[in-house]
Amino acid sequence: MERARCIETIYPELADKLVVTIMGACAQELYDLGHQDNFFYLQHAMGLASSIGLGLALHRPEEKVVVLDGDGSVLMNLGTFTTLARYRPPNLVHIVFDNGSLLSTGGFESHTASGVTDLAAIARGAGIEHVASADDPMSFGEAVIEAFERDALSVIVARVRAVGPDHYGMDLHLPENAFRFARHIRDSKLAREAAATS
Amino acid sequence: MTVSYDNSKAVYEGIKAAGIRSISALPETWLGLLLQRAEDDPDMTLIQVAKEEEAIGIAAGAHFAGEPHLLLMQNHGFLAAINGVVSLAQLYHIPLCMLIALRGHWGEPYPWHTRGGMVTEEVLRALGIPFEHARDPDRVASQIREAYTYSRSSLWPVALLLTRDLMEEYP
Repeated sequence: MERARCIETIYPELADKLVVTIMGACAQELYDLGHQDNFFYLQHAMGLASSIGLGLALHRPEEKVVVLDGDGSVLMNLGTFTTLARYRPPNLVHIVFDNGSLLSTGGFESHTASGVTDLAAIARGAGIEHVASADDPMSFGEAVIEAFERDALSVIVARVRAVGPDHYGMDLHLPENAFRFARHIRDSKLAREAAATS
Repeated sequence: MTVSYDNSKAVYEGIKAAGIRSISALPETWLGLLLQRAEDDPDMTLIQVAKEEEAIGIAAGAHFAGEPHLLLMQNHGFLAAINGVVSLAQLYHIPLCMLIALRGHWGEPYPWHTRGGMVTEEVLRALGIPFEHARDPDRVASQIREAYTYSRSSLWPVALLLTRDLMEEYP
Protein backbone atom coordinates (compact mmCIF):
# COMPACT_ATOMS: atom_id res chain seq x y z
CA MET A 1 0.00 0.00 0.00
CA GLU A 2 1.25 3.48 -0.82
CA ARG A 3 0.72 6.53 1.40
CA ALA A 4 -0.03 8.75 -1.62
CA ARG A 5 -2.94 6.45 -2.57
CA CYS A 6 -4.21 6.44 1.02
CA ILE A 7 -4.19 10.24 1.15
CA GLU A 8 -5.88 10.41 -2.25
CA THR A 9 -8.62 8.06 -1.02
CA ILE A 10 -9.45 10.21 2.01
CA TYR A 11 -8.83 13.61 0.35
CA PRO A 12 -12.51 14.34 -0.47
CA GLU A 13 -13.36 13.72 3.21
CA LEU A 14 -10.81 16.28 4.44
CA ALA A 15 -12.56 19.39 3.06
CA ASP A 16 -14.59 19.98 6.24
CA LYS A 17 -11.87 18.99 8.72
CA LEU A 18 -8.71 20.57 10.16
CA VAL A 19 -5.69 18.65 8.87
CA VAL A 20 -2.15 18.71 10.28
CA THR A 21 0.58 16.81 8.44
CA ILE A 22 4.20 16.04 9.16
CA MET A 23 7.06 17.21 6.96
CA GLY A 24 8.32 16.07 3.61
CA ALA A 25 6.65 13.41 1.53
CA CYS A 26 3.40 13.29 3.47
CA ALA A 27 2.94 17.08 3.25
CA GLN A 28 3.84 17.15 -0.43
CA GLU A 29 1.45 14.36 -1.35
CA LEU A 30 -1.46 16.16 0.32
CA TYR A 31 -0.46 19.52 -1.17
CA ASP A 32 -0.23 18.03 -4.68
CA LEU A 33 -3.88 16.96 -4.47
CA GLY A 34 -4.81 20.61 -4.02
CA HIS A 35 -4.03 22.91 -1.12
CA GLN A 36 -6.85 24.08 1.12
CA ASP A 37 -6.60 26.62 3.92
CA ASN A 38 -7.72 23.97 6.42
CA PHE A 39 -4.39 22.13 5.87
CA PHE A 40 -1.31 22.87 8.00
CA TYR A 41 2.01 21.34 6.99
CA LEU A 42 4.52 21.02 9.84
CA GLN A 43 7.69 21.08 7.77
CA HIS A 44 10.01 20.64 10.76
CA ALA A 45 9.80 20.07 14.52
CA MET A 46 9.37 16.33 14.02
CA GLY A 47 7.01 14.70 16.48
CA LEU A 48 4.79 17.68 17.21
CA ALA A 49 2.03 17.22 14.59
CA SER A 50 -0.06 15.18 17.03
CA SER A 51 0.53 17.77 19.78
CA ILE A 52 -0.75 20.53 17.46
CA GLY A 53 -3.73 18.28 16.70
CA LEU A 54 -4.39 17.86 20.43
CA GLY A 55 -4.24 21.62 21.02
CA LEU A 56 -6.65 22.19 18.15
CA ALA A 57 -9.05 19.42 19.12
CA LEU A 58 -9.33 20.47 22.78
CA HIS A 59 -9.95 24.12 21.94
CA ARG A 60 -12.24 23.66 18.90
CA PRO A 61 -14.42 20.72 19.95
CA GLU A 62 -16.89 21.45 17.13
CA GLU A 63 -14.23 20.72 14.48
CA LYS A 64 -12.96 17.29 13.42
CA VAL A 65 -9.16 17.28 13.52
CA VAL A 66 -7.07 14.86 11.45
CA VAL A 67 -3.34 14.38 11.99
CA LEU A 68 -1.31 12.70 9.23
CA ASP A 69 1.75 11.44 11.10
CA GLY A 70 4.60 9.05 10.35
CA ASP A 71 6.66 6.43 12.17
CA GLY A 72 9.84 8.54 12.23
CA SER A 73 8.01 11.54 13.65
CA VAL A 74 5.91 9.66 16.18
CA LEU A 75 9.00 7.81 17.44
CA MET A 76 10.44 11.23 18.36
CA ASN A 77 7.44 11.94 20.58
CA LEU A 78 6.08 8.61 21.87
CA GLY A 79 4.84 10.39 24.98
CA THR A 80 2.19 11.99 22.77
CA PHE A 81 0.17 8.75 22.85
CA THR A 82 -0.02 9.01 26.64
CA THR A 83 -1.05 12.67 26.51
CA LEU A 84 -3.70 11.89 23.88
CA ALA A 85 -4.94 9.00 26.04
CA ARG A 86 -5.15 11.22 29.12
CA TYR A 87 -7.22 13.95 27.47
CA ARG A 88 -8.88 11.77 24.76
CA PRO A 89 -10.42 14.51 22.59
CA PRO A 90 -13.36 12.81 20.84
CA ASN A 91 -12.86 14.89 17.69
CA LEU A 92 -9.28 13.81 16.94
CA VAL A 93 -8.24 11.18 14.38
CA HIS A 94 -4.51 10.39 14.47
CA ILE A 95 -3.32 8.53 11.36
CA VAL A 96 0.24 7.20 11.49
CA PHE A 97 1.71 6.13 8.15
CA ASP A 98 4.36 3.56 9.06
CA ASN A 99 6.82 3.05 6.22
CA GLY A 100 9.67 1.87 8.45
CA SER A 101 11.79 4.66 7.09
CA LEU A 102 13.05 8.17 7.73
CA LEU A 103 12.20 8.70 4.07
CA SER A 104 12.19 12.49 3.91
CA THR A 105 15.44 12.90 5.84
CA GLY A 106 17.53 10.48 3.78
CA GLY A 107 15.68 7.17 3.56
CA PHE A 108 17.29 5.55 6.60
CA GLU A 109 15.52 2.66 8.30
CA SER A 110 13.46 3.63 11.35
CA HIS A 111 12.99 1.42 14.42
CA THR A 112 9.79 0.01 12.93
CA ALA A 113 11.54 -1.34 9.81
CA SER A 114 12.35 -4.74 11.32
CA GLY A 115 8.73 -5.34 12.30
CA VAL A 116 9.47 -6.01 15.98
CA THR A 117 8.03 -2.66 17.07
CA ASP A 118 4.25 -2.31 16.84
CA LEU A 119 3.12 1.32 17.00
CA ALA A 120 -0.54 0.28 17.27
CA ALA A 121 0.30 -1.81 20.34
CA ILE A 122 2.15 1.17 21.83
CA ALA A 123 -0.92 3.36 21.25
CA ARG A 124 -3.14 0.72 22.86
CA GLY A 125 -0.73 0.33 25.76
CA ALA A 126 -0.81 4.10 26.26
CA GLY A 127 -4.54 3.71 26.91
CA ILE A 128 -6.12 4.71 23.62
CA GLU A 129 -9.25 2.62 23.12
CA HIS A 130 -9.87 2.87 19.38
CA VAL A 131 -6.71 1.79 17.59
CA ALA A 132 -6.77 0.14 14.15
CA SER A 133 -3.99 -1.34 12.04
CA ALA A 134 -4.29 -1.34 8.25
CA ASP A 135 -2.11 -3.16 5.74
CA ASP A 136 -4.23 -2.79 2.61
CA PRO A 137 -6.36 -0.05 1.00
CA MET A 138 -9.64 -1.76 1.92
CA SER A 139 -8.86 -2.02 5.65
CA PHE A 140 -7.42 1.52 5.64
CA GLY A 141 -10.55 2.94 4.01
CA GLU A 142 -12.83 1.15 6.47
CA ALA A 143 -10.76 2.24 9.47
CA VAL A 144 -10.83 5.88 8.34
CA ILE A 145 -14.58 5.88 7.68
CA GLU A 146 -15.20 4.42 11.14
CA ALA A 147 -12.84 6.92 12.77
CA PHE A 148 -14.42 9.91 10.99
CA GLU A 149 -17.89 8.79 12.11
CA ARG A 150 -16.87 7.84 15.63
CA ASP A 151 -17.23 10.42 18.39
CA ALA A 152 -14.09 9.23 20.15
CA LEU A 153 -10.32 9.56 19.85
CA SER A 154 -9.08 7.23 17.12
CA VAL A 155 -5.62 6.11 16.06
CA ILE A 156 -4.95 4.31 12.77
CA VAL A 157 -1.54 2.82 12.03
CA ALA A 158 -1.23 2.21 8.27
CA ARG A 159 1.65 0.12 7.00
CA VAL A 160 2.83 1.69 3.73
CA ARG A 161 5.76 1.33 1.34
CA ALA A 162 8.76 3.64 1.74
CA VAL A 163 8.16 5.69 -1.38
CA GLY A 164 7.56 9.40 -1.81
CA PRO A 165 7.03 12.01 -4.51
CA ASP A 166 9.67 12.72 -7.18
CA HIS A 167 9.60 16.45 -6.40
CA TYR A 168 9.33 18.80 -3.43
CA GLY A 169 8.12 22.37 -3.25
CA MET A 170 5.07 24.44 -2.45
CA ASP A 171 3.89 27.84 -3.57
CA LEU A 172 3.20 28.64 0.06
CA HIS A 173 5.54 30.27 2.60
CA LEU A 174 5.58 28.58 5.99
CA PRO A 175 4.23 31.58 7.99
CA GLU A 176 1.66 32.15 5.22
CA ASN A 177 0.42 28.59 5.78
CA ALA A 178 0.13 29.27 9.53
CA PHE A 179 -1.65 32.64 9.05
CA ARG A 180 -4.14 31.26 6.54
CA PHE A 181 -4.80 28.18 8.69
CA ALA A 182 -5.56 30.33 11.76
CA ARG A 183 -7.74 32.66 9.67
CA HIS A 184 -9.67 29.73 8.24
CA ILE A 185 -10.40 28.44 11.75
CA ARG A 186 -11.48 31.88 12.96
CA ASP A 187 -13.73 32.41 9.93
CA SER A 188 -15.36 29.01 10.27
CA LYS A 189 -15.99 29.72 13.98
CA LEU A 190 -17.59 33.06 13.09
CA ALA A 191 -19.70 31.40 10.38
CA ARG A 192 -20.89 28.78 12.86
CA GLU A 193 -21.81 31.45 15.41
CA ALA A 194 -23.64 33.50 12.74
CA ALA A 195 -25.55 30.41 11.59
CA ALA A 196 -26.49 29.62 15.21
CA THR A 197 -27.90 33.08 15.87
CA SER A 198 -29.74 33.55 12.55
CA MET B 1 12.27 26.57 52.54
CA THR B 2 8.85 26.05 50.99
CA VAL B 3 7.01 27.15 47.88
CA SER B 4 5.20 30.42 48.55
CA TYR B 5 1.45 29.92 48.76
CA ASP B 6 0.66 33.63 48.54
CA ASN B 7 2.95 34.29 45.59
CA SER B 8 1.74 31.20 43.71
CA LYS B 9 -1.73 32.65 44.17
CA ALA B 10 -0.53 36.04 42.86
CA VAL B 11 0.92 34.38 39.76
CA TYR B 12 -2.25 32.38 39.13
CA GLU B 13 -4.45 35.44 39.59
CA GLY B 14 -2.16 37.26 37.14
CA ILE B 15 -2.69 34.51 34.58
CA LYS B 16 -6.46 34.78 34.99
CA ALA B 17 -6.40 38.59 34.90
CA ALA B 18 -4.50 38.42 31.59
CA GLY B 19 -7.53 36.65 30.12
CA ILE B 20 -5.80 33.29 29.78
CA ARG B 21 -8.07 30.26 30.12
CA SER B 22 -5.79 27.52 28.82
CA ILE B 23 -2.46 26.27 30.18
CA SER B 24 -0.09 23.53 29.09
CA ALA B 25 2.40 22.43 31.68
CA LEU B 26 4.78 19.91 33.07
CA PRO B 27 4.52 19.94 36.86
CA GLU B 28 7.50 20.64 39.11
CA THR B 29 7.91 21.78 42.70
CA TRP B 30 7.76 25.56 42.20
CA LEU B 31 4.78 25.21 39.86
CA GLY B 32 2.86 22.74 42.03
CA LEU B 33 0.58 25.17 43.87
CA LEU B 34 -0.10 27.07 40.65
CA LEU B 35 -1.09 23.91 38.83
CA GLN B 36 -3.28 22.83 41.74
CA ARG B 37 -5.22 26.07 41.31
CA ALA B 38 -5.51 25.50 37.57
CA GLU B 39 -6.74 21.96 38.14
CA ASP B 40 -9.39 23.11 40.64
CA ASP B 41 -10.56 25.96 38.41
CA PRO B 42 -13.58 24.98 36.25
CA ASP B 43 -12.89 27.92 33.92
CA MET B 44 -9.34 26.77 33.11
CA THR B 45 -8.28 24.12 30.61
CA LEU B 46 -5.11 22.47 31.93
CA ILE B 47 -3.15 20.15 29.67
CA GLN B 48 -0.28 18.33 31.33
CA VAL B 49 2.35 16.91 29.01
CA ALA B 50 4.81 14.03 29.23
CA LYS B 51 7.66 16.20 27.93
CA GLU B 52 7.79 19.96 27.50
CA GLU B 53 8.30 19.97 23.73
CA GLU B 54 4.75 18.63 23.37
CA ALA B 55 3.52 21.84 24.98
CA ILE B 56 4.98 23.87 22.11
CA GLY B 57 2.78 21.89 19.70
CA ILE B 58 -0.26 22.23 21.97
CA ALA B 59 0.35 25.99 22.25
CA ALA B 60 0.49 26.22 18.45
CA GLY B 61 -2.80 24.31 18.22
CA ALA B 62 -4.38 26.62 20.81
CA HIS B 63 -3.11 29.66 18.90
CA PHE B 64 -4.58 28.38 15.63
CA ALA B 65 -7.82 27.75 17.52
CA GLY B 66 -7.84 31.39 18.69
CA GLU B 67 -7.53 30.48 22.37
CA PRO B 68 -5.35 32.56 24.76
CA HIS B 69 -2.79 30.06 26.04
CA LEU B 70 0.14 30.01 28.45
CA LEU B 71 2.97 27.52 28.98
CA LEU B 72 4.32 26.62 32.41
CA MET B 73 7.58 24.73 32.67
CA GLN B 74 10.91 24.48 34.44
CA ASN B 75 13.98 25.90 32.71
CA HIS B 76 15.32 22.37 32.10
CA GLY B 77 12.04 21.59 30.37
CA PHE B 78 12.49 24.67 28.24
CA LEU B 79 15.97 23.41 27.30
CA ALA B 80 14.33 20.09 26.30
CA ALA B 81 11.80 21.91 24.12
CA ILE B 82 14.14 24.07 22.06
CA ASN B 83 13.68 22.41 18.67
CA GLY B 84 9.93 22.92 18.95
CA VAL B 85 10.47 26.56 19.95
CA VAL B 86 12.79 27.16 16.99
CA SER B 87 11.33 24.94 14.26
CA LEU B 88 7.65 25.38 15.04
CA ALA B 89 7.05 28.63 16.95
CA GLN B 90 9.78 30.80 15.44
CA LEU B 91 9.67 29.23 11.97
CA TYR B 92 5.90 29.76 11.64
CA HIS B 93 5.59 32.95 13.75
CA ILE B 94 3.49 31.43 16.48
CA PRO B 95 3.35 33.34 19.78
CA LEU B 96 4.37 31.56 22.98
CA CYS B 97 3.83 33.07 26.42
CA MET B 98 6.14 30.99 28.61
CA LEU B 99 6.38 31.14 32.41
CA ILE B 100 9.62 29.38 33.24
CA ALA B 101 10.74 28.37 36.73
CA LEU B 102 14.36 29.51 36.90
CA ARG B 103 15.96 26.73 38.91
CA GLY B 104 19.70 26.46 39.48
CA HIS B 105 20.19 30.18 39.87
CA TRP B 106 21.51 32.42 42.70
CA GLY B 107 21.08 30.59 46.03
CA GLU B 108 20.44 27.19 44.49
CA PRO B 109 21.24 24.44 47.02
CA TYR B 110 20.77 21.48 44.66
CA PRO B 111 23.82 20.64 42.49
CA TRP B 112 21.73 19.01 39.73
CA HIS B 113 19.95 22.25 38.89
CA THR B 114 23.05 24.43 38.64
CA ARG B 115 24.19 23.88 35.04
CA GLY B 116 20.74 24.56 33.65
CA GLY B 117 20.46 27.65 35.81
CA MET B 118 23.71 29.02 34.47
CA VAL B 119 22.82 28.67 30.79
CA THR B 120 19.11 29.51 30.65
CA GLU B 121 19.41 33.28 30.13
CA GLU B 122 22.22 32.89 27.58
CA VAL B 123 20.16 30.35 25.63
CA LEU B 124 17.18 32.70 25.64
CA ARG B 125 19.41 35.50 24.35
CA ALA B 126 20.90 33.24 21.67
CA LEU B 127 17.39 32.36 20.49
CA GLY B 128 16.34 36.02 20.43
CA ILE B 129 13.61 35.40 22.98
CA PRO B 130 12.76 38.50 25.05
CA PHE B 131 12.60 37.78 28.79
CA GLU B 132 12.15 39.40 32.16
CA HIS B 133 12.60 38.16 35.73
CA ALA B 134 9.58 38.03 38.01
CA ARG B 135 10.72 38.78 41.58
CA ASP B 136 7.99 40.97 43.08
CA PRO B 137 4.51 39.55 43.80
CA ASP B 138 3.03 43.02 43.35
CA ARG B 139 4.45 43.27 39.83
CA VAL B 140 3.99 39.73 38.56
CA ALA B 141 0.41 40.11 37.30
CA SER B 142 1.31 43.05 35.08
CA GLN B 143 4.44 41.21 33.89
CA ILE B 144 2.31 38.24 32.83
CA ARG B 145 -0.12 40.52 31.02
CA GLU B 146 2.76 42.32 29.30
CA ALA B 147 4.47 39.06 28.31
CA TYR B 148 1.23 37.77 26.82
CA THR B 149 0.55 41.03 24.97
CA TYR B 150 4.10 41.13 23.59
CA SER B 151 4.00 37.50 22.41
CA ARG B 152 0.78 38.24 20.51
CA SER B 153 1.98 41.46 18.92
CA SER B 154 5.40 40.09 17.96
CA LEU B 155 4.18 36.59 17.00
CA TRP B 156 7.21 35.27 18.83
CA PRO B 157 8.11 33.38 22.01
CA VAL B 158 8.39 35.51 25.16
CA ALA B 159 9.57 34.26 28.56
CA LEU B 160 8.88 35.40 32.10
CA LEU B 161 11.40 33.79 34.47
CA LEU B 162 9.94 32.89 37.86
CA THR B 163 12.74 33.44 40.37
CA ARG B 164 13.56 32.07 43.82
CA ASP B 165 12.67 35.45 45.35
CA LEU B 166 9.13 35.05 44.08
CA MET B 167 8.51 31.31 44.38
CA GLU B 168 10.19 30.36 47.67
CA GLU B 169 9.80 31.54 51.22
CA TYR B 170 11.48 30.81 54.53
CA PRO B 171 8.92 30.21 57.24
